[in-house]
Parts: sequence; C-alpha cells; structure tokens
Amino acid sequence: MAFTLTVNGTSHTVDVDEATPLLWVLRDVLDLKGSKYGCGSGLCGACTVHVNGVAVRSCVTPIASVGDSKVTTIEAIGATEIGKKVQDAWIELDVAQCGYCQAGQIMSATKLLEQTPKPTDADIDAHMTGNICRCATYNRIRAAIKLASGQPVVKEA
Amino acid sequence: MTHHSTSASRRTFLKASAVGGGLLLSFRLAPLGSAEANTPDAAINAFIRISPDNIVTIAAKNPEIGQGIKTSLPMIIADELDVDWKNVRVEMANFDPDRFGVQSAGGSTSIPRNWDMLRRVGAAGRQMLVATAAKTLRVPESELTTNSGVVTHAASGRAVTYGQIASAAAKMPVPDLKAVALKDPKDFKVIGHSAKDVDGPKIVTGQPLYGIDVAVPGMLYATFEKCPVWRGEVARANLDDVRTMPGVRNAFVVKGTIPEGEMTLSGGISGGVAIVADTWYQALAARRKLRVEWTTGPHASQSSKGYAAQAAALAKQKPVMSIRKDGDVEAAFKGAAKIVEASYSYPFLAHACMEPMNSTARFQDGKMEVWSPTQNPGNGRALIAKTMGIAEKDITINMVRAGGGFGRRSSADPIIEAAWIAREAGAPVKVLWTREDDIRHDCYRPGGFHTFKAGIDAQGKLIALTDHFVSFGNDGKYAPLANMGASVFPADFVPNLEFGASLIPLGTPTGPLRAPGSNALAFVFQSFLDEVAHASGQDPLAFHLNLLAERRVQAAAPQGQPGAPTPPSFNFERMRAAVHLVAEKAGWGKRTLPAGTALGLAYYFSHQGYVAHVAEVTAAKKGENGIGQVKVNKIWVAADVGAHIVNPSGAINQVQGATLDGIGNLLAQEITIANGGVVEGNFDTFPLLRMNQAPPVEVHFIKSGNNPTGLGEPALPPTLPAVANAIFAATGVRVRDVPLNKVSKGGAAV
Ligand code: FES
Ligand code: FES
Repeated sequence: MAFTLTVNGTSHTVDVDEATPLLWVLRDVLDLKGSKYGCGSGLCGACTVHVNGVAVRSCVTPIASVGDSKVTTIEAIGATEIGKKVQDAWIELDVAQCGYCQAGQIMSATKLLEQTPKPTDADIDAHMTGNICRCATYNRIRAAIKLASGQPVVKEA
Repeated sequence: MTHHSTSASRRTFLKASAVGGGLLLSFRLAPLGSAEANTPDAAINAFIRISPDNIVTIAAKNPEIGQGIKTSLPMIIADELDVDWKNVRVEMANFDPDRFGVQSAGGSTSIPRNWDMLRRVGAAGRQMLVATAAKTLRVPESELTTNSGVVTHAASGRAVTYGQIASAAAKMPVPDLKAVALKDPKDFKVIGHSAKDVDGPKIVTGQPLYGIDVAVPGMLYATFEKCPVWRGEVARANLDDVRTMPGVRNAFVVKGTIPEGEMTLSGGISGGVAIVADTWYQALAARRKLRVEWTTGPHASQSSKGYAAQAAALAKQKPVMSIRKDGDVEAAFKGAAKIVEASYSYPFLAHACMEPMNSTARFQDGKMEVWSPTQNPGNGRALIAKTMGIAEKDITINMVRAGGGFGRRSSADPIIEAAWIAREAGAPVKVLWTREDDIRHDCYRPGGFHTFKAGIDAQGKLIALTDHFVSFGNDGKYAPLANMGASVFPADFVPNLEFGASLIPLGTPTGPLRAPGSNALAFVFQSFLDEVAHASGQDPLAFHLNLLAERRVQAAAPQGQPGAPTPPSFNFERMRAAVHLVAEKAGWGKRTLPAGTALGLAYYFSHQGYVAHVAEVTAAKKGENGIGQVKVNKIWVAADVGAHIVNPSGAINQVQGATLDGIGNLLAQEITIANGGVVEGNFDTFPLLRMNQAPPVEVHFIKSGNNPTGLGEPALPPTLPAVANAIFAATGVRVRDVPLNKVSKGGAAV
C-alpha cells in the first residue's frame, strides 16, 4: 500500500504493508539509519522519534497510523534549538559509550526539555526511564540534560 | 600531492621481537600503498598517514564495542608521534593481523597488550620525520626537537611541519621498534588528557555507524529461526506458506554443522530456517507465518529447576574435583572459636547488547566479504573457513562499530549465519536477529552454587575456609567460562583452605560476560567474607585490612583440573590502597546515616585491575527474612589500573558503566531454562537497569607505578557484593541468592 508521510520536512511516498512499523520505513525504505532497533516492543526507547511533536516508539507505530503527521528523527533534531543544545551537551560531556541508545536518549531528552525547561532529577527519572542504556551512561545522560537546560553541572574529567 | 613510493625498501616488513618488557611485536609495520589506501596522504607506517596540510590519520586497530578503544589506542600513537590530538583523524583499521597484530576486544586486554607497542609505533613515525627534517634542513638530528606536528631547529630558527616532509619521510627506512626513543611520561600531552569519543558527532546526529546500519548494493535482509534447544534441527517447516509472503525472495532450511559436545557459539552454524526478503520487516512478517517442527536431542529435558535440584544433591556430597588444598581445614575447623556456614547461588545471564546480533555478507567470485560488529574478527574468519570451505585469504572481515559487546560478540555465530545465508541466497544479505533471538540464543554467563564454611580463631582471624563450587560441565570438564581458578581471593591469605567442584551436565552454550568468572565469584566470596567479618565481631573494613595485611600461603598450589588462568601476582598492597581510599572517600565509619541506610564494602582483583567499592543503600526488611524496596543511593569506586589513564573521560565512563551494570545484574536479571530453551525473551522479562535505578558513581583512580591495564571489566565485580553487603548492614537480611527478587523467600519485592 502507498503511504505519504512527511519526514524531517520532506514528503515521501512509500509502498509498504500497512502494519509495517514506522521504524522500518525510516531505516530500510527511507535510508534514515539513525533511529535504532533495540527491542521492537516499546520497551527500550532506542527507536524514539517525534510524531507531530509527541515522542513515540517508532518500532510499535504502524505506518498506517502515521498518516500525514510530521515525523522528526535524530537526523534532523539538531535543526531545532533545543535539539541542538542537547546534542552539544552530549558531545561536551562525552556521554556515549557504544552510543547505540543515544539517538533515542537525545530524542527523549529533547522532548523533556521542550516540556520542562529546567528539569529536576525526579523529572529526569520520570521522563527518561523508558530509554534503556545497556552501557549505563545514566550519570552522564542526567548531567547532559542539566547542561543543555543551563543548570550547573560538575565536569568529571 | 605526492604519492609515496612503493619501492622494495618500503615493502620491507618490519618484524621486531622481544622489545623492552619482553613483548612480542609480531606485526609488520608496512603501510598500505597510497593507491591501496586510496588517498594522497603519505603513509608513514601501517597506522599513520599525514596529509600535506598536517592532518594526521591514525588507524584504530581494535574493534570498538563501547569501550572507547577507537579513541584511546590512537591517542597513544599520537602522543609519541608528537602531534596535537585536534589534528588527528581516526579511521578503523582493516582486519589484517599480519599488519596490525592481535585485533580483538575482550578481557580488558587492549590497553595492556598495545600500550608499549603503540607507543613505539608512534615514536618510530616521529623518528622517521626527524631524520627527514635533518636531511632537509642539513642539520644533525640531535639538534632537532618536535612539538605539535612541527620539527624545529632552534639554533637557526627554522622549522618544517610534518605535512611538508611526510612524503619524503615515508621513504625512510622503518626504524627498529626495539630501539626507538620513547617520551618521558611526564611529557605526555595526549595520554592522560580527556578526549571525546571520535565517533561522537556521528552518534549524536544519527549517522550510519553500526553493524545494523551497513548497506551493500543489492542487499537483501534475512531473519533466521533457530531451535529453542541447542543443536536442535528442523524436522519439518511450512516453507511454501512462507515463500508466498510479500517481499520474500527465498526461504530455506539450514542443516546445522555444530559438532556434538560443542558448547560455544563458534563451532559451526545452527540448524534453522532462513527467510530472505527485500526488507527486514517483510522477512519478519513472513517468519510469523513460519511453523517449524524441531528434532531436539537430550538437552530438551533440561531446566533451571532440574539444575537447582541437582545442585542441592551435589552440595551435600564431597566435591568431585579438587581445585586447591592448603593446610588442614578439618583440624582448623575443630580448633576454631567460631564457624560460619552459608550457601550462595547466582543465575545464568544473557549479554543483551543494545544492538541485537547482526552481520552482513557478500559472496562473489569465490570470495566472502563480511561486515560485522564483532569483537573477534579472526574467530569469524576461521569459522567461515572451517564451515564453508573457503580459504582464509579469500575472506575479508570488516570491523564495524558495535552497539555493545560485553563478550557476546567474541562468538562468531552472527558472522557464519550471514556468510552462509548470503551464499545460499546468491545475493548480499544482512542477517539481523530480533531481541528475542538475541536473548534466547546467547552464550550465557553460567550460573553457579557455592557452599562455604569458615573457621575464625579467638582473635577474630579467618583461619580456615572451604568452598564446594557446584558448576556446570560435561564429562568432567567445565562448560566454557564455568570454571574457578585456584587463586580466587582469599586463597593465599588463609592458611587452611580447600576449594573443590562438582559439575551438573549442561545443554546450553556458555561464554564470557563482562568480567567473566569474576562477575560471579566476587559476589559469593566478597559476600561470604562480609559474613565472616560480622561473625568475627569486627567492622568489615578493619577485618579486610587485616586480611590483606599478609600473604599466609606462599605459592598457589593448583590441583585437579586447571581452573581459570592464575591472575598474575596479585599484589595485596595495591588492593589495600584501593580499599583504604574508597573507605575514606565514602566516609566509612565517619558519617551518621539514617536508620535503614547503610554502607557496604567489597573489592576485587580482575583483569589485572584492583578495584574497591563502597555502596550506600537504603533498604527495608520485609516479613521474616525478605527485603522490601532497595534504593542504591551512591557508589564510590577506587581503582588502580596502573600509572596512566590513557583517556580519563572514557575511563570514568567505563567504571560508571561497569558498576551500574553490576547493579543491573543484581536487581532482577536471570535467564531461566525450561524444556531445554530459554524462557525470557525481551526487556520485560530480562530487565536492564534504567535511569531511575541508577545512582551516582564517584570514581577515583590510584596512579600506581605500574603499566596501564584495561578498564572495561574490573569495575563490575565488586558492585554486587558491595550493594548486597550494604543491604545486610541496613536490614540484617543477607542476600545469598541473586537476583535480588529471589531473596523474597520472606515475601520481598524490589
Ligand atoms: S526498539 Fe522501539 S522501544 Fe525498543
Ligand atoms: S551507550 Fe551503549 S547502550 Fe547506551
């Protein structure tokens, strides 16, 4: 079936089965490899993208449900002011280990800061707990969110 | 732009041996010709290219799995080459051990194995540049100095950049690596200074980088369904139904080649059904229609319940094998003022790398090319050669950044699957596992059971210790990584000691998981020692400093079946120093903590690293013998991994990650076997640590005067016992069986 969707400001028509998750349309049809597959079941957040301004798990979002919504992925989040700040903070604090989860972390963190410009630790816990980091870079993810939001952060090294 | 010469002299391969510390440099330092490398830069040696505008490209030789080695190994070269890190670009090396030496990631070996060698590689490059500058400037080499990629002749005020003379330098003879002059470490400018991950910009912008992102022209996608039971084979499958599904190009049965008795994932290809389609989702959708009838062997009757019953029976008998025997334990127990006895257990664990297993392969004109997020490309190449009859010279393995490794990607199974399916499909194929495939077809951290008995004398000294280790293995041989060495601490520090083992037959592959062996042994030994400390009436810190005060048995006396490699000369003074420091940083004995909050101490020597942890935990007792909510408030770590921390930023990240990984292990991770297969399948049943469970981890390094050693692993082992000991201090409930949600025999929840 043909679906027309807008990804990072560009309209695309794709011919896929209606049950195909958005993640696989992005990765394998549109060749946007930034959103990652971690669990396929909405349990890890590696595939997080924004659909009409809402952070969703693209692995459990069928393409048929996307319609003409606006999809933003990690590849374009740096074009937003907050997204760019988050990416810069991630680099500044050298957050990544393997880095595989970080696209999803950044998409979730950007959404958090859009909603809560100065998040507390409790806000971060509540908002980021759906994003697993197997390398457990959680100390730095927390610090980078604070740095991106202009809160004081002690640099470790 | 000058092309560097490919004359015979440049092709003289350097083979140095027995340098300084007795290391063997068994690699050729020759560069690729510039045509081969496809660049106008001058190739100084296999690792170093320099462009006319002084940009230095350094090859990262070992697989990057999140341990930061793609950044830290080139830093070592850059420092001795004497260039600024900001002018360095890093490029993944080809898999070519003749040229680069050992290329694998595992056992925290990359730094100790490469430290001296890569310093010499950088210094050799610098020496060639200095010699070239001497010729160009017509001055003696001794009058030249280097700094930031510039050679300066101070007397005449003249200078040349490396970039200006690189193509000439590339034609100089390669110096003897044994004889090159190394920097005085006090002059290091790159080593010891935090550098950011070289792939950071790509990571945060979502550029293709990982194995799962590899794209090859004409590539198809595959999913591969294997039998839930090890070495099971397809009896029947509804391939015709599957083949009619949209996008499916091919579906076929693979007959397994794994030899009987093989208990690793690198012995052959598993039997199963491969489905090849235009997109991975189509392959997956078709797989949902797949119905397979399996032929399973004897392993299908195995279960975790069965293992526990066998363990209980074995623990009541004498150990079948002796691991070590010192003094006379029976006599010592008779004379002891106090006896402590306890049994411990820990489960099988999966690796659950964030990036599920995958590999991409192309078979063309008799040659196999593979792209894989692997920790051990050599293992993959060997398995393809053995299983598919392709000569090793016709196999190319490209190392791709991996979304986590933890030991899992040392196994070659994703590589052989991709290679096999690509050849059969007649097209390049990416094989990608589902998360469920990944959890259910792992080489697991083996579970284990320990029964301890300790004797304490009237002065509170530990005088006797026995451990009956009930582990897994077949025909009297330990399953992979299910062994225990003769030198596990406190061996050597207790005059009367016996370690013995008995084995439960196992039908599930096992393998290395971050800090293999130590990740379990630290928990049981350091927890039991905490029990002994409390029983002796001493504060655990005082007890341990006492225990670490003198070696009471001179040489390890391994007996029976050889266990894990004996750690090279455990230096108890380094361990003591780490324990001291961590206690001081955590305010051990100095802070008043609220009721229900307490500290726990543990330490462990593994992978040549000395690491001590203090955990602060708030926990409540629940019911008779259970615990309620557990909150780890903070962990302090003191680590001695030698004189130099190559990249402090990366090192702290590793220590924090390894420590938090240990909390994840402790809380709720467990692989359960039923009917020979693994029950858990995704993160709902095999939960990884999450943000709200991750405490701050404060890291301190002790820079002792020793060669630097690796850091990917040694910070994990002390975590579990430190937290478990803190739980005891807070609640009086001893955690003897992990994961923690098992302690709830008294009705606990975590
Ligand atoms: S891959 Fe979508 S939540 Fe894990
Ligand atoms: S950095 Fe590896 S999973 Fe997060």
